[in-house]
Amino acid sequence: MPHKTFMWFILPSALAMFLFIFVPIISVIVQSMYIEHEQVLIEVENCGPFGCTIEVNVDQEAMAQLREEQPLGRFNGLGTYTNRAHLAFAEVGESWASTDTWGDFLSAVYNLPFYRALSFTLTFTFVVTPLVLFFGLFIALGVNSLPRIFRGPTIFVSLLPMIVTPLVGSLILFWMVDSEGILGAALQNIFDDNSLSLKASPWLTWIMLMVYGVWSSTPFAFIVFYAGLQTVPEDTLEAASLDGAGRWQKVRYVVFPYVAPLAVFITLIQLMDNFRVFEPIVGFSAQASATSLSWIIFNDLRGGDVQLFGSAAATSVLTICGVAILLTPVLIRTWRDFNRKRV
Amino acid sequence: MASKASQRSYGLVVLTATLVLIWVVIASFPFLWTLWGSFKVQGDFFSKADWTNALTGTRTIAETGGYFTLNGYEGAWIEKEFWRAALNTMVVVVCVVVISLTFGTLGGYALARSGYRYAFWLLMLALVFRAMPHITLVSGYLLPFFEWGVWGRLETSIIVLVAINQPFTLWMLHSFFLTIPKDLDESAMVDGCTRFQAFRHVIIPVMWPGVITTGLFSFLLAYNDFAVTAVLLSQENATMVPKIASFLGSTFEEGNVMFAVSAVVSATAPLFVLILFFQRQIVSGLTAGAVKG
Repeated sequence: MPHKTFMWFILPSALAMFLFIFVPIISVIVQSMYIEHEQVLIEVENCGPFGCTIEVNVDQEAMAQLREEQPLGRFNGLGTYTNRAHLAFAEVGESWASTDTWGDFLSAVYNLPFYRALSFTLTFTFVVTPLVLFFGLFIALGVNSLPRIFRGPTIFVSLLPMIVTPLVGSLILFWMVDSEGILGAALQNIFDDNSLSLKASPWLTWIMLMVYGVWSSTPFAFIVFYAGLQTVPEDTLEAASLDGAGRWQKVRYVVFPYVAPLAVFITLIQLMDNFRVFEPIVGFSAQASATSLSWIIFNDLRGGDVQLFGSAAATSVLTICGVAILLTPVLIRTWRDFNRKRV
Repeated sequence: MASKASQRSYGLVVLTATLVLIWVVIASFPFLWTLWGSFKVQGDFFSKADWTNALTGTRTIAETGGYFTLNGYEGAWIEKEFWRAALNTMVVVVCVVVISLTFGTLGGYALARSGYRYAFWLLMLALVFRAMPHITLVSGYLLPFFEWGVWGRLETSIIVLVAINQPFTLWMLHSFFLTIPKDLDESAMVDGCTRFQAFRHVIIPVMWPGVITTGLFSFLLAYNDFAVTAVLLSQENATMVPKIASFLGSTFEEGNVMFAVSAVVSATAPLFVLILFFQRQIVSGLTAGAVKG
């Protein structure tokens, strides 16, 4: 296909991606260099029957004018990245100097909002992804050995947790495990412990969020593995049993190598999707005990009275760096494959 | 056709059947429970006293006189104007699917038929864009959108969703067009068609299966989105998912939780129907990228 024709065909797509993905990334980087204006304060004297009081108010008019002149805010350079809400170099350095043990140091760092969110995001990603792979393969093997008539309904039901809106899915689970919901209440009854509640315990909240993650992502791994199992050649399996392979040996030496490339694909998608974990935290109202990088960006934009564009942008850039680090091995691999195919 | 290789012992069959059954219950029970509970009053669905109330409906009978009640649905759809959110969702979803597919088929076709190195780079770039958490992009739109006065409108979020959706659409349609033999459009061009005519008259008639599958995923993306719509739409233009989130903010009023429960059930129903009719396409779409390699 000539270059010119290619260009015309790709133009709408490329333009959309350029304007609404590439340019926003640049915009985010620029915004992260700025912080919001300092509030212009004026003193107002209120005089009543009991004398006069002086009140300090925000001068809305002056603020509006300031915003008009400099919509981005004050230039702050890389200051936003290093302040307390983000990488917090000063605070980390101080706790490094003042704490004696690793445990103390880590818990001091954990109290900083960015590192808190980062630790949850990473824990979530690296706990949920392997579990999803494991359960997905397990269920796929199970369903594959079912009589054919049961397979359709099982697949239908399995698709539900994956396809349902993440916020809605997490709400559905949350209402069940809430201390007044069916599972939460049942657990309190069984252990006869009224303090056993999701809201009270950070650990339970973390566990429930991960349970949600596994619940909603396992179907994806299941479907992909299941489709892969359909393509495992019957002949090879038969040959293996003729050679005296047991059931487990057949799975270990014939089926696993066959589905291994699928596991790589699932891992890639799961890493990307779990790293952006966001909706379940809103659904579980879990922000007190668990926040993620995506959540703090959302909170900067929607949480308070003032939208902290600079802060949200700085977190966004750091998140994008995180995604880039996660993706690098895959991109290198794809690049090698591509070159090998060309040669 | 139980060949020797696939024969299993009785114990193993029972074990796997049990495990699959447990999974089926885990996957479906939360939905059934919420559906059932949406016809109850708050005192039953969130029972402080005794969870069996949710089954027997004690409070529901006491408060409304019937075993089931439509109060939650009435409150959400009429009182809190959920119908408006449903209407907005419909507009957004239809527009996103149509525009995404139009752009995507053109671009995917070009990528599949071009052997140049830059086509590969574009695909790689699309993969990187696919990995970006949506919320990080959204924070880049806000300030410019406020400045231009386009924030809060449905059109804006439609365009943004289309763009965010493009990388995935391109990947899927590109790999789908690779399966349509090159000879087909090339022979049309030998017969005197231009490239676009070949695409229009020869490729479009055979591409529908791939387009339907890709369309389903575009639908899901637009329908399920929370990050983009919650930040980019104003309260009046909210779609269903942010609307549900807003019900939760005001749970202090008695009964509002049940509005959210009913709204959740209402928002899940279309997805349920979707899987019912398009299960095959969804499964093949999910596996196309992986299994074919």
